[in-house]
Amino acid sequence: MDSNVARFWRQIPQRYNLIGNQCGSCNKIFFPPRESCPYCRRKSMEKMHPYQLKGKGEVITYTIIHVGPKDFEEQVPYPIAIIRMDEGPQITGQIVDCDYHKVEIGMRVETTFRRIQEDGYTGAIYYGYKFKPCSVD
Amino acid sequence: MEDIGIVSYGSYIPRFRIKTEDIASVWGKDGSAIEKGLGIKEKSVPSIDQDTATISVEAARAAIRRCNINPQDIGAIYIGSESHPYAVKPTGTIVGEAIGATPNLMVADYEFACKAGTAGVQSCTAMVKAGFIKFGLAIGADTSQAAPGDALEFSASAGGAAFIIGKEKVIANINHTCSFTTDTPDFWRRAERKYPSHGGRFTGAPAYFKHVTSCAQQLMEKAGTKPKEYTFAIFHQPNGKFPVQVAKMLGFSYDQIKQGLIVPYIGNTYSGASLVGLASVLDVAKPGDRIFLTSYGSGAGSDGFDITVTKEILNLKREKAPSVMFMVNDKEYIDYGKYAKYTDLLYWE
Amino acid sequence: MRDVAVIGVGLTKFGELWDKSFRQLISEAGAKAILDSGIEGKDIDAMYVGSMSSGRFVGQEHIGALVADTSGFSFMHIPATRVEGACASGGLAFREGYFSIASGMNDIVVVGGIEKMNDVGGSSATETLATAADQEWEAFFGVTFPGLYAMIALRHMHEYGTTKEQLAQVAVKNHKNGALNPYAQYQKEITIEQAMNSTMVAYPLGLMDCSPVTDGAASVVLCAAEKARQYCQKPIKIIGSGQGSDTLALHSRRDICTLDATVHAANMAYKQAKINPKDIDLAEVHDCFTIAEICAIEDLGFVKKGEGGKAVENKITTLDGTMPVNTSGGLKSKGHPVGATGVAQIVEIVTQLRGEAGRRQVKDARIGLTHNVGGSGATCVVHLLEAV
Repeated sequence: MDSNVARFWRQIPQRYNLIGNQCGSCNKIFFPPRESCPYCRRKSMEKMHPYQLKGKGEVITYTIIHVGPKDFEEQVPYPIAIIRMDEGPQITGQIVDCDYHKVEIGMRVETTFRRIQEDGYTGAIYYGYKFKPCSVD
Repeated sequence: MEDIGIVSYGSYIPRFRIKTEDIASVWGKDGSAIEKGLGIKEKSVPSIDQDTATISVEAARAAIRRCNINPQDIGAIYIGSESHPYAVKPTGTIVGEAIGATPNLMVADYEFACKAGTAGVQSCTAMVKAGFIKFGLAIGADTSQAAPGDALEFSASAGGAAFIIGKEKVIANINHTCSFTTDTPDFWRRAERKYPSHGGRFTGAPAYFKHVTSCAQQLMEKAGTKPKEYTFAIFHQPNGKFPVQVAKMLGFSYDQIKQGLIVPYIGNTYSGASLVGLASVLDVAKPGDRIFLTSYGSGAGSDGFDITVTKEILNLKREKAPSVMFMVNDKEYIDYGKYAKYTDLLYWE
Repeated sequence: MRDVAVIGVGLTKFGELWDKSFRQLISEAGAKAILDSGIEGKDIDAMYVGSMSSGRFVGQEHIGALVADTSGFSFMHIPATRVEGACASGGLAFREGYFSIASGMNDIVVVGGIEKMNDVGGSSATETLATAADQEWEAFFGVTFPGLYAMIALRHMHEYGTTKEQLAQVAVKNHKNGALNPYAQYQKEITIEQAMNSTMVAYPLGLMDCSPVTDGAASVVLCAAEKARQYCQKPIKIIGSGQGSDTLALHSRRDICTLDATVHAANMAYKQAKINPKDIDLAEVHDCFTIAEICAIEDLGFVKKGEGGKAVENKITTLDGTMPVNTSGGLKSKGHPVGATGVAQIVEIVTQLRGEAGRRQVKDARIGLTHNVGGSGATCVVHLLEAV
């Protein structure tokens, strides 16, 4: 068995649909979902509710990867950024459909569904979110 | 007659393009002659992280954004493609999960060369009509493969379109549908082969033209219509020439097919081809417009549809997703080297 | 709590050591430290060893026992424990050794740090280092370790006007120091042009902004301060120890440009030592990337937040500056065998405080600081040492 399959499958709700969660005590939103709220801790227990992010946000910093990991070697140079989602959480993701020279701090982006990795030519394909410049905001 | 038809639609075309002349120059051929011969200026190329599943998800999400239905009300997903990312493991489950339609959902992947997408539309229509499901999602999408140096390399491209079929808030009623099918080996890909093979000029008269014209005539007979009654006509478009010729043979004018003729700008998206054309027509359609659609799939068969646009289209939020022409024009050119890398021509151990 | 002193130090050469195995390296560093300290094997109460990823680098886990065994102590059954905190593993091992003596449980402890990184290929080494980042929410999406620090750098530039040239000045300074260190991987000065125009790794960081892949080991001997003089003429006392943690992923931090774990660890150490940053004579900070040194001197309180780049430009941190930083050459020039780094920093500070640093000696050095970071700042450990 390819060892990564179960680990990926478990996170499909997050990778496909940005399902985070919200603390029922202070209403803060988290992505990825947390077991408990780090601000409310025991008050948040049993009160962490699923919360889906809409997928739009703003680049707060970025880099252009020129030397990439094995799974990404064919894509270099590629931009990757930390994005502050409109709901608050910050997420790391690749930026695609955009000339990398045009990526900048403050840029509005939205998620797009892409292949992220695969277990070689014979293994499973792992899909998930990347970001692209907002088309229809 | 009860309305059953398209409730919403969405399409997706990857951003990368390669020009016909750039492919031609690699193989020492006359680019402008090929461009003229095929009627294709450039074709779309999927990036390394795109495949039929990602294109299908983007198209399906666009369809849902436009109509605001609850994805949980989708009861079936049929995805037609000849480039499903897995040989065994459905594309439909990936799409179902990504649009939030799982788990009470019927899913199967379809393959019938370039007409598997329209076969999906027929299945969804039948399921809705039978009352098995409230909404069905039919998708035609491909990241089509062509062997380097083969004539197909000038046309095989990537893209797709998704259609939600139902009885409520129907924007385009499917009045009639029919098919014409024979066993005609004009184009195929054997199991476990990377690139398709074809019968050269055999793909023309006995294959494409015979099936498309037969299906179209059958449809008009069934519907009791004549070509001039249609505002728009869409024919499967393996290149820029065939659909123009077949339209002429059947008595349709160029004006009728223009809006749905996308292949000159993005190439042949195979299972997506006629459906991306339909999406482009729906981008501009008005209530009362009548649409004629005939797909073609090698092997061989054609599906025909007689469609009438309803007033409901005015309530569809078409602006919530990019139009086909927007995506046609939102592009970035790549050279053959990058094309080879993105389409996995340069693989090694 | 008892006072604890460092009574012996040992270091291997740092670099691409093709003819030396993991076992040879740690044995060599340990033997040097033990010989330097004046203790004998029978005096050792416990061993701690820091290694980030021996399992991925040399395919061997269970290295606490391995180190005791390979050093010749297997028949004495000395308690031997491995400590892991990514690139901070060495610093954490040192802290555990310190605690075990301070608590009164042990009198003499040997601490080692090691990484043998060149037995795997470059891309495998890069992937292993990336396991210090959040595998599921950072690395999975294609961010590399240099990429994370590049994002810190770009935000630092955006907020504070830090320049690429200031980053380059960190590399130039550290190579200048490293040229004076016979143990360093690169004993060679570089020019500002070389540093500015090096091959891009993760914009805005080039190759010369990054520490190298290094084999090496370091070791120190710790002793209860009251017994230190039995073995050693110049014991160096540990006067403060602090440690902090933060979110594993960079994107979840309060502020992208501040390593709060460093701030926390430093405050803890300063409080224990009852000193403030002004009292420090020199520091070995975790410059895995040039931007990391700029953030470190800010987060340790040597300069105000945002003024790190300016401080480097004004030569405050050079060997003859008011606050010499990374006199050893730092991770950039001395090399960065990840698990060894935290211990090697202690070796440098002890060498300086003993006045034995030769051509790179900081005059009248009395109090030194070490700052060792794991990941992009999820773990930080700070130590303060004083010549007594």
